[in-house]
Amino acid sequence: MANVTLDTVDKFYGKHQAVHGISLDIADQEFVVLVGPSGCGKSTTLRMIAGLEDISGGTISIGDRVVNDLPPRERNISMVFQNYALYPHMTVGENLGFSLKIAKMPDAEIASAVNEAAQILGLDELIDRKPAELSGGQRQRVAMGRAIVRHPEVFLFDEPLSNLDAKLRTQMRVEIKKLHKKVASTIIYVTHDQVEAMTLADRIVLMRDGHIVQVGTPLELFNKPVDVFVATFIGSPPMNILDGVVRGDQIQLTDDLAIKIPSDARGLVQDGQAIKFGFRADNLTPKGHGVSDEGEIATIDLEVSLAEPLGTETLLFAEIGGVEVQAKMLNPRSVKPGETLSFQLMLDKCHIFDADTGAAIRG
Amino acid sequence: MDLTLSHRNRKRGLKALHFTALFLVMSVICIPGLWIVLNSFRPTIEIMAKPPIWSPSFTLDHYRAMFGGAGEGGVPVFKYFRNSMIISITSTAIAMLIGMSGGYAFARYRFKGKNGYFVGLMLFRAVPGVALSLPLFIVFARVGIIDTHFGLILAYVAMNVPFTVWLTDGFFRQIPKELHEAAEIDGCTRWQAFWRVEFPVARSGVASAAIFAFLTSWNEFALASQLTRSVNSKTMPVGLLDFTAEFTINWGGMCALAVLMIIPALVLTFLVQKHLIAGLTFGGVKG
Repeated sequence: MANVTLDTVDKFYGKHQAVHGISLDIADQEFVVLVGPSGCGKSTTLRMIAGLEDISGGTISIGDRVVNDLPPRERNISMVFQNYALYPHMTVGENLGFSLKIAKMPDAEIASAVNEAAQILGLDELIDRKPAELSGGQRQRVAMGRAIVRHPEVFLFDEPLSNLDAKLRTQMRVEIKKLHKKVASTIIYVTHDQVEAMTLADRIVLMRDGHIVQVGTPLELFNKPVDVFVATFIGSPPMNILDGVVRGDQIQLTDDLAIKIPSDARGLVQDGQAIKFGFRADNLTPKGHGVSDEGEIATIDLEVSLAEPLGTETLLFAEIGGVEVQAKMLNPRSVKPGETLSFQLMLDKCHIFDADTGAAIRG
Repeated sequence: MDLTLSHRNRKRGLKALHFTALFLVMSVICIPGLWIVLNSFRPTIEIMAKPPIWSPSFTLDHYRAMFGGAGEGGVPVFKYFRNSMIISITSTAIAMLIGMSGGYAFARYRFKGKNGYFVGLMLFRAVPGVALSLPLFIVFARVGIIDTHFGLILAYVAMNVPFTVWLTDGFFRQIPKELHEAAEIDGCTRWQAFWRVEFPVARSGVASAAIFAFLTSWNEFALASQLTRSVNSKTMPVGLLDFTAEFTINWGGMCALAVLMIIPALVLTFLVQKHLIAGLTFGGVKG
């Protein structure tokens, strides 16, 4: 069993606190992604789990063992680094087998373990090359091979794909997901890219300024963000957020635009309360170009300032009260800038946040 | 057509200029060395001849005399050679051990007063060695290590450590720290991570630091001439002085000994040449 538990873990660099008492339970064989903007403490957290950084407070356990003071080599983990960190003076085969050699395993066993790992990752042909003779994607694969060859209890990935180009990144993303199925180990993966987080994770841990903001499945974070930060960080394009004031059973967004409060949110807000009103581009669609016409719908006429055709859909840009919003047009027809369309806003998919704290009132 | 022609001419001209400049620079570097080698094989009368004799004759007299008995202009070449070897190799080894540890510490660890220490070390380099010879002489004489291998080794280690620290620090700094982190995760202790990963990667840098340190000790004259007295500890550069008498200098003999002195340095440089070049053009290490 290799569940990983963080209990009120702190990290101080001098007086600066990088991680603020975070607690997290990661189940055996779970794929957890730590995501957040740079400087949010996600890499520091990963490095504390790895044992590369000291823990200033709290406890970290892997399996049943508290590992606070154990050096990395005694934690039974492996790690893939952002810059791969392959040993430049060793061949691919030696890189893969290095940990086994250090563990004083017999040569024959090392060779078979290396071959197995090389086969899983398609590195057979490259086994005698030096890292300098490999492409970025191949190096990435060697780094992953080095991690799996020892069958560790926990894999740690520190932004492993950020040095690859977009196409390769998509490809490696799939490979990592497949790898997880094959090796059936716990994976903790750090990234700043929400798409990677959404596609890979069983559970996402969204961090900001050394705090955990929300933990949940990708769809939970997407559909029920706990605050404006989560709402705008997760999902592409980011959620549209407008300032509004509650007036009776309506939300006044601009002087001449008010929309109905979704019926199930009416008890949650008070008359005159300042709120932030959020909705995703998917839920603002030109009439006849949405998913359905069912449910509570508000109709808004908007002038399209820009259209981005993506093939199956077109992204439309418009302004509401000086704030740019994005809308989606399914089954698209061509739209010219300046054209005014009648949009449908799906009210039951909308989010209402507190204007001051940003916390979700209706997630 | 004209354009390509003039372009080609220009290119040729530049190339010729390039070679001329190279030739001039190499002459400045090589001719004194060549002069030493040639003169070691010429009779004394030819060396001093005015006008110079351009077609040299060949003789091994100087070498014969040098290895000969004390009365016939001989000097204890083997003893000097042995002293030089012992002192240079030992001081280089010690300076490299200290320098590598120090350089690694400066490159990898944070500690209080790090920059201060580093600048301090560099300041030691700013003091000319000769200026130290009198104080060193007095101290060494009091302690009783004048005219010993140990004394010179101590002086050379002190001279070389700042340099080796500075050089190895630069090499270790260029190795991404993720390499030793990866090694530690792969099961190494910090010590193993250094010897199995970081040291091999920085090997060429370390080798170039070592050869610089060796050559400094091997060629050093000013301090050695003060701190050595007898054949027990005199090194080859000091041994060259044996050829000077009150009114005469035996140029031929001096050149012969100088040639013997150059050979080991040359051989060593050739042996580690590959590392030296790799070390001086470090930075090719990318994880």
